[in-house]
Amino acid sequence: MSTNPRDELVDHLPSLRAFAMSLCRNSAQADDLVQDTIVKAWTNIEKFKVGTNLRAWLFTILRNTFYSARRRAGREVADVDGVFSANLATKPDHDGRLAMKDFEKAFATLPDEQREALLLVGASGFSYEEAADMCDCAVGTIKSRANRGRAKLSELLNMDEDGAMELTDQSTMAVMSATQMKSM
Amino acid sequence: MAHDSENEHVLRQIDENLKRVYQQKVEEDLPDRFKMLLAQLKEQGEGETHQ
Repeated sequence: MSTNPRDELVDHLPSLRAFAMSLCRNSAQADDLVQDTIVKAWTNIEKFKVGTNLRAWLFTILRNTFYSARRRAGREVADVDGVFSANLATKPDHDGRLAMKDFEKAFATLPDEQREALLLVGASGFSYEEAADMCDCAVGTIKSRANRGRAKLSELLNMDEDGAMELTDQSTMAVMSATQMKSM
Repeated sequence: MAHDSENEHVLRQIDENLKRVYQQKVEEDLPDRFKMLLAQLKEQGEGETHQ
C-alpha cells in the first residue's frame, strides 16, 4: 500500500510556515496563506505526483497563492510587521559581527522575487533547478534574483567594506551562536 | 582573486545567516489552527468516501 501524501502534509507545516512568514513579512497574513495552501493541497492531492518532492509542491502552491493575492491587491502589500526600512544598522559592530535582527530587517526590504529566490536556494536548500521549476522561470532568472538579493544584502549591511574582512570564521561562529555575546 | 575570495566569504556568510533566520522560524511553535484544519479536512473526506 502506498502512503497517502495527505498524511505527510503535517510534516511540512513548519517549513511551509517559515517560508510564508519570510515571504509575507507579516505573521497573520502568513498564517492565512499557510491555511489556504493546506486546503488547496488537500483538495488537489491527486495532482501531486507520488515520488516527487512534496515540500516543493507545497511551496509552489504557497507562492502561487501569495502572488495571486498580491495581484488581486493590485500593489505590493505594505503591511509589514515592524518597521523594516528605517533604522537599519549601517555597519556591523566594530568587531565585525552582524546582528541577526539587522540581517532580518535588511532581508525584509528586498523585493518579493529576490526574497523568494534566496529563501528557496539560500535558506531551504532547494537547488536552482528546483527553485526555477517552482517559480516557473528559467534557472538563470533564479540565479540572477538570488545574486541581486545577496549583493543588496551585503550592501545594506556594509559587508563589502572593511567590516567584511574582519568576519573571520570565528566571528561567523559567534554570530551563529549568540548575537548578544558581544565582547567589549 | 583576493577580491573573489572575499566576495565568496561574504556570500557564504549571507547564506549562513539566511539559513539561521529561516531555521528559527521553522522551530517556532505551530498555531493549533493548522492541526485542527487538517483534522477537519480528514473528517470531511471520510464523510465523502462513505457516500
